Amino acid sequence: MPLIEINNLTKHYTSGGETVEALRGVDIVIEAGEFITVMGQSGSGKSTLLSVLGGMNHPTSGEVEMAGVRLYRLPGEKLADFRAQNLGFVFQSFHLIPYLTALENVMLPLAIVKVKNAQKQAAARQALGRVGLGAKAGRLPNQLSGGEQERVAIARAIVNTPHILLADEPTGNLDSRTSDEVMALFRELNAAGQTIVMVTHNPDNGRYSDRTITLKDGRVV
Amino acid sequence: MKLHTIALNNLKRRKAKMAFLTIGLMVGIGTIVTLLTLTTSMSRDIEHKMDEFGANILVTPQSNGLAMNYGGISLGGVTFDQREIREADLARIATIANHRNISAVSPKVLGSVPIGGHDVLLVGVNFASELKMKQWWRIFGDAPKGDNELLLGSDASKVLNAASGDTLQIKGEAFKVVGVLDQTGSQDDSLVFAPLRKAQKLLGKEGRITLAEVAALCSGCPIGDMVVQIAEKLPDAKVSAIQQVVEGRLKALNQFKRFSYAMAGVVVFIGSLIVFVTMMGSVNERTTEIGVFRAIGFRKSHIMRIILLEAALVSLLAGLLGYGVGMGGAKLALPFMAEAKDAKLLWDGWVAGGSIALALVLGLLASLYPALHASRMDPTEALRAL
Repeated sequence: MPLIEINNLTKHYTSGGETVEALRGVDIVIEAGEFITVMGQSGSGKSTLLSVLGGMNHPTSGEVEMAGVRLYRLPGEKLADFRAQNLGFVFQSFHLIPYLTALENVMLPLAIVKVKNAQKQAAARQALGRVGLGAKAGRLPNQLSGGEQERVAIARAIVNTPHILLADEPTGNLDSRTSDEVMALFRELNAAGQTIVMVTHNPDNGRYSDRTITLKDGRVV
Repeated sequence: MKLHTIALNNLKRRKAKMAFLTIGLMVGIGTIVTLLTLTTSMSRDIEHKMDEFGANILVTPQSNGLAMNYGGISLGGVTFDQREIREADLARIATIANHRNISAVSPKVLGSVPIGGHDVLLVGVNFASELKMKQWWRIFGDAPKGDNELLLGSDASKVLNAASGDTLQIKGEAFKVVGVLDQTGSQDDSLVFAPLRKAQKLLGKEGRITLAEVAALCSGCPIGDMVVQIAEKLPDAKVSAIQQVVEGRLKALNQFKRFSYAMAGVVVFIGSLIVFVTMMGSVNERTTEIGVFRAIGFRKSHIMRIILLEAALVSLLAGLLGYGVGMGGAKLALPFMAEAKDAKLLWDGWVAGGSIALALVLGLLASLYPALHASRMDPTEALRAL
């Protein structure tokens, strides 16, 4: 049974009185443990696809089924709960909380989980250890390099052991050497069983993934 | 890591903004505390002044005799030559439930005496309580201290052709005039005042009095209650409130209170506006952050809790500081605003608790919309990058 099943997904926006068709009947199936790269030019709909996959952007039509759950049929805040329990996000600009230390940033998804603080700390330290930043747990984001911040963001995304890790241009703000390190880290996480869907511009990143999905004008090509 | 960790850390990071918010709210709360404290302290001061400036309860014998005016105040039916109250009974006034509200009791004995060929109304008074009650009296000379000393009203002084230092004969006994009252425009002008004991003796009314004036300190003015309480203690006397004094006093205090409440209302509004604008600005600044929170699974209620927790912490601090600053302001302003130089600042626990509670309610109410706004942010829009 596939981990993610996207059926005939469409997403239309209205902007300045005009309707923009960001996604036009997208069908994608992703198996557990896959590392998928979504590529395409600007405006191809890849970021929209990622936000819909992330349960943050209601599609105009179509279905997104994830781990057996029809995402957009979840009532009220259950969708937020689903995100908390099943998804991990890595953003292009890292989006670390500037007033929290690396450890606290990683613990952030656990702030709403009812477990003891010691357990949260242990999980966060373990996640930081996995990305090689165990020694910099007490540093604030502005005391870390771009690559380190990206690693903290990845640790934050995996601390709740999500089913799926969604990454939006994770190397967009990094130099090529750091990009390679981050991609190697993704590969490593995938090798450990983590399903990853990554949106990227960079064709070089495609070599780290199992499969590349290319979008053009809102359609899979 | 809990939600309050996020709120606390954010407050620590945005020190300048939070200091501005705290100061804004603190000034609002401080102003209210200052106004309330000043109002209460000044009201108390005014009450004391007004209470000291005349009686508001009159105790007269039960009688259906002649009408009589005293000091421009209707005393009701008093036949001073026929019936009196036993002076010893007046001590019972001190035993009423509201005895703490009694500022002064001034017993009087009245009677007609011939002086120098004129019939004069002699009033025996206890000068200590009489002078406390009638602070508007200006005496040329001194108030009587000895038994055979007199104080003359200004008209009586003219009619009797007597001034301070002169001696007058009453019923064959010599009395020294030690003081003359400045014109008061009241019946006091035509009276001759003597010490109570001596007057009682001269009039043959030892141990009896004609009437008693009571000055009540009336915080909340339970004058009606006090009248009933005194009447119960003195069943043979007629006890009545001098309504014009009571009503005038209430009117003055109410006007002052209304002014303070209006001012407080304006300040509350401005304080709320400051909190609202600052919190709204803070929420808008944190759009991305809120988007991250939502993306990683925070519920709308979690976002609201973070924002409201921050507001509550700032408001609590502002309430505490506001109370301190407000009391400081009141302490500085009171000497300039109160009539009495020794007017006391009232430290009221209710004002302290109320100001903190008000700051909290104000801060939370004004932050409610910003918090709702934050919780309703579309995470995709908030993050933009996605």
